Amino acid sequence: MNIKVALAGNPNSGKTTLFNTLTGSNQYVGNWPGVTVEKKEGRLKGNKDVNIVDLPGIYSLSPYTLEEVVTRDFLINEKPDVIINLVDATNIERNLYLTTQLAELGIPMVIALNMIDLLRKSGDTINIEKLSKEIGCEIVEVSALRGTGVMEVANKAIKIAKSQKAMQPIHKFGAEVEFALSQISDFIKNREDIAPELIRWYTIKLFERDSKVLEKLQLSKNDLEKIEKIISDIEKKFDDDAESIITNERYEFIEKVVKIAVKKKSPGMTTSDKIDRIVTNRVLALPIFALVVFIIYFISVSTVGTLITDWTNNVFFGEWVMGGATALLQKIGAAEWLQSLIVDGIISGVGAVLGFVPQMFLLFFFLSLLEDCGYMARIAFIMDRIFRKFGLSGKSFIPLLISSGCGVPGVMATKTIENEKDRRLTTIVCTFIPCGAKIPVIGLIAASMLPEYAGFVAPAVYFIGIFAVIVSGIALKKTKLFAGDPSPFVMELPQYHLPAFKSVIAHMWERGSSFIKKAGTIIFVSSAAIWFLTNFGIANGSFGMVEGSDSFLGIIGGAIAPIFAPLGFGSWEATVSTFSGLVAKENVVATFGIFFGLGADIAESDPTLVNKVAELFPNVFAGISFLIFNMLCAPCFAAIGAIRREMASGKWTLIAVGYQTLLAYIFSLMIYQLGGLISGTLTFGAGSVLAIIALLFVLYMIFRPNPYVSAKKARS
Amino acid sequence: MQTLKESKIGSTVRVVKLKGDGPLKRRIMDMGITKGTRIYIRKVAPFGDPLEVTVRGYELSLRKSEAENIIVEQA
Repeated sequence: MNIKVALAGNPNSGKTTLFNTLTGSNQYVGNWPGVTVEKKEGRLKGNKDVNIVDLPGIYSLSPYTLEEVVTRDFLINEKPDVIINLVDATNIERNLYLTTQLAELGIPMVIALNMIDLLRKSGDTINIEKLSKEIGCEIVEVSALRGTGVMEVANKAIKIAKSQKAMQPIHKFGAEVEFALSQISDFIKNREDIAPELIRWYTIKLFERDSKVLEKLQLSKNDLEKIEKIISDIEKKFDDDAESIITNERYEFIEKVVKIAVKKKSPGMTTSDKIDRIVTNRVLALPIFALVVFIIYFISVSTVGTLITDWTNNVFFGEWVMGGATALLQKIGAAEWLQSLIVDGIISGVGAVLGFVPQMFLLFFFLSLLEDCGYMARIAFIMDRIFRKFGLSGKSFIPLLISSGCGVPGVMATKTIENEKDRRLTTIVCTFIPCGAKIPVIGLIAASMLPEYAGFVAPAVYFIGIFAVIVSGIALKKTKLFAGDPSPFVMELPQYHLPAFKSVIAHMWERGSSFIKKAGTIIFVSSAAIWFLTNFGIANGSFGMVEGSDSFLGIIGGAIAPIFAPLGFGSWEATVSTFSGLVAKENVVATFGIFFGLGADIAESDPTLVNKVAELFPNVFAGISFLIFNMLCAPCFAAIGAIRREMASGKWTLIAVGYQTLLAYIFSLMIYQLGGLISGTLTFGAGSVLAIIALLFVLYMIFRPNPYVSAKKARS
Repeated sequence: MQTLKESKIGSTVRVVKLKGDGPLKRRIMDMGITKGTRIYIRKVAPFGDPLEVTVRGYELSLRKSEAENIIVEQA
């Protein structure tokens, strides 16, 4: 017999740890249909017939957040055989709130009372028998972290599932509310499409005027009016709305239960409290925050990270894999074009991307550490004030910071943002921050176009990147895609605790490997495509391997170069090198090297290259325009792959890449045209008109009133 | 009428009523801030917003604009 177990509980209740312990490595990670909420499934260790679904961490079954709706739909429609409800024993009141809602779904349930070891250490006690009697379901004491009680919970869940004993909610609300509920249940209790054990749930949802349930039940107008009368009467009496009345009643019930079953030691300062007093203290918070950020950045981006990335790129892929493959291919006498496809196209393209993998693992390690110990929530707490101003949330800080090293892990770090709109917006703006691979491009253009001011170019480019993030945040928040009230920042600040090494490693591995799997295909295909377009073409009327302007990419570049003419770099060389930047941004330099016959391994500071590039652009503004376009436009394939992975939607990937390229075009247009106009190198013409229109458009998008602010908000 | 936003850091208050409606109100209540709940105002973030409070034995952060909807009295 196949048994489907659903794992439900609050965020930070140790659900992931329990899931990992239950399933070991038999996991499959996907997405819930149609949404970006992650869905994890696995088979119970040692019992292949038991399938465990890890539901999103939620506080309630309200109809308002994506995670809650996904969970609700799953529990109601797919009817798992049993729910394991994870309850954090150290935070029992709020955790039992979800329990009271789960209990109403009529699904057999067992409670795993987690962190029991921490509870004992604190000196509090919970009487399991009493609690079990009040809630009406069995309870097992668990420490997911230490692995105690885990298998008992699984066995109990299997036993309950086999007995098929529907959960009978025994908790009762106040007399007046119960009376109203019994009146409402009369309208639905004889319906055949509602299982008897779900009557209570539907009744409560009707009382709360839950739009999704109202839609499903299709009650007659007459019935609806009568129900509405019952609800509005009690609302008047309580001077509150029906939804809030139910929430209040639940917490009142819980308070009663806690009084009966929980004994609290007098509340002293816990270690967590003491840590928190220091690390988010008004004076010390910022220096400590800066120090933590510096350490992570210094290790994973500047020092160790660069070291291992360079090693994987140059030694591992550059010498061992490419060298080995070349030797092997020559030995077996493969055709020259095939050698080139495999070595120069695929291995170097994929290698350019996979070279970042060790560094990503390092970064993910730190991120998991931050999340696991509870500091990540504090970073959001500290930074929220600033980021909210331009439509992002405090949690956007980490992805943006990491993007200054590499956009790929930066994009992937957006995973920690719960709100979907905030997450998507952060994903789109992440790669505006110049990453490490863009630095050679900055160096080349600075040396070619602005030799006297070369030192100022890099900071200026970073500034423009940050500016693009801010402008996008403000402007996009006013568009239909991202509009809406700011997501509530009513956020739990979990207790600090020592991170568990095993779960940090598991977390890191999951993120890193999912990048390789999901982004790998897009990188592989696009690298091969770019290689083909660069190396093949039609010369002297016949198809074959060619170089430069005869290649397909050269032809395409020449054809679309006029699009870039208003930006000041309408030459095929500049266009093609921009395209080659899609494989990896540092390729822009290498491609120029090839075009000018200097080879791909040229350094960006090489004087011949610098002079040749300087000749390519008519004036300094054209060079800056080229640089800014390359900094802001669609990122490299690896980052696009990461965006695809995080958005979990082809449409949103296109929106992101399209928006980035459009913004890059507008910025470059303004720089070249308006810069030229002001300095007198350009005369007023069609381009200037276009640039002025673009400028007005950008200003309008930033300063227009938000058309999607609800009327109510505007009044207050 | 005093709201949570105006309450002094370090003081303990009791919830009298919650203003507003819809998702924000539901979220605040889901997190355990209901009528009669005691809230200890622990601190304010370094840049002056959001607030950190202790409610039902755990730490919760909420923005001042959200705290404005919570009417309280000295406990």
